Amino acid sequence: MDTITVDIVSAEGHIFSGEASMVIAPAKLGDVGIVVRHAPMLTELRPGEVRVKREGEEELFLYITGGLLEVQPFAVTILADTALRDDQLNEQAAEEARAAAEEALRTAGTREDLAHAQQQLVEAAARYRAAQKLKGKRR
Amino acid sequence: MAGTKEIRNKIRSVRSTQKITKAMEKVAASKLRRTNQRMEAARPYADKIRSVIGRLYRATPDYQHPFLVKRDTVNRVGFIVITSDRGLCGGLNVNLFRQLIPELRHWQDQGAAIDLCLLGAKGVQYFRRLNINVVAATTHMSEDPRVVDLIGAVSVMLNGFSEGHIDRLFLVHNEFLNTMSQKPAIKMLLPVDPPDQDQLQGRWDYIYEPGAAQLLDGVLKRYMETQVYRAVVENVACEMAAKMVAMKAATDNAGNLIDSLQLQYNKARQAAITQEIAEIVGGAAAV
Repeated sequence: MDTITVDIVSAEGHIFSGEASMVIAPAKLGDVGIVVRHAPMLTELRPGEVRVKREGEEELFLYITGGLLEVQPFAVTILADTALRDDQLNEQAAEEARAAAEEALRTAGTREDLAHAQQQLVEAAARYRAAQKLKGKRR
Repeated sequence: MAGTKEIRNKIRSVRSTQKITKAMEKVAASKLRRTNQRMEAARPYADKIRSVIGRLYRATPDYQHPFLVKRDTVNRVGFIVITSDRGLCGGLNVNLFRQLIPELRHWQDQGAAIDLCLLGAKGVQYFRRLNINVVAATTHMSEDPRVVDLIGAVSVMLNGFSEGHIDRLFLVHNEFLNTMSQKPAIKMLLPVDPPDQDQLQGRWDYIYEPGAAQLLDGVLKRYMETQVYRAVVENVACEMAAKMVAMKAATDNAGNLIDSLQLQYNKARQAAITQEIAEIVGGAAAV
């Protein structure tokens, strides 16, 4: 009929799938409205609202933080991002990861000593148990 | 009766330990189920993005994205190493390191320096003792990792590659074969192997907006993050499976220990009774 199959997925899971009469998405060069028999198209999406118009049902609104839109004559796939993609934010996240590496390596000393101590404790306990067992047998 | 009381106490303590390990086993099993579902849920996205890369690659034969160019000389190699945050999961992390170290040596012998990006607390603990350059780390991502948590660490490595600090980028993680077995795997992330061309032959092509080259840039970055995210989720599945098996073994061992302690206890009790009777009989005979 006059509906188009819509799939919205993200890296972390499935978001929506169903039939729609029209899909409106915030493409990089301006909002696009897709109906059935659209020419194949591939475009990037800006952060914004995706509207899925369905027949006899309420219109669906989804907010996405960006992603990719793939259009084929009878199917639309939206690959939604799970995180806001912003160079500045990314740079900040990268900086944090770098700092975390240094921090972790510096503080690991105490934590590792703790792990070491725990290891020794487990060994000592095992030795003690073995000794107890032997003692029990001898008796 | 001195011995019997001690043994009884010990049985009680082992039994409570057994209860704990049993509970941990159950918890790991249910988390494993959830993680498997996550792995399944992530698959459609990964498949789609791979086929999109194939198309874009074919549509832009002249455009040489830095991620696709293979460099002949290798001066520095990057490794993204995924480990668990917590222990009690058998030899999972140790096996990974055992596989990774010869690989690192191999590159060092060829005169290449090494940059590490560590995801997971166990990796940080381990590599602290070795003198290797760690450029990024992210720990405590929980059993429910999010792509957001990874972006920082991953982009350190991706930027390193596009700026030419790193000439190769590898991803190291545990592969989930089944509940009983997990295998460490080292895969090359960058440069990207161009996807198979034959499968993608079609008579039609997309309209690309803005252009195929610009799109390729964004898609490749997402692809990398997806790969790493998938590996992290898979590693969590491995951790849970390994933990389940380790805790099952611990529960069984505790059961064996209780059995042998019970035997000891019965013997000690019997000995005490026998002794008492002997004393009574001896006393009666004396009278």
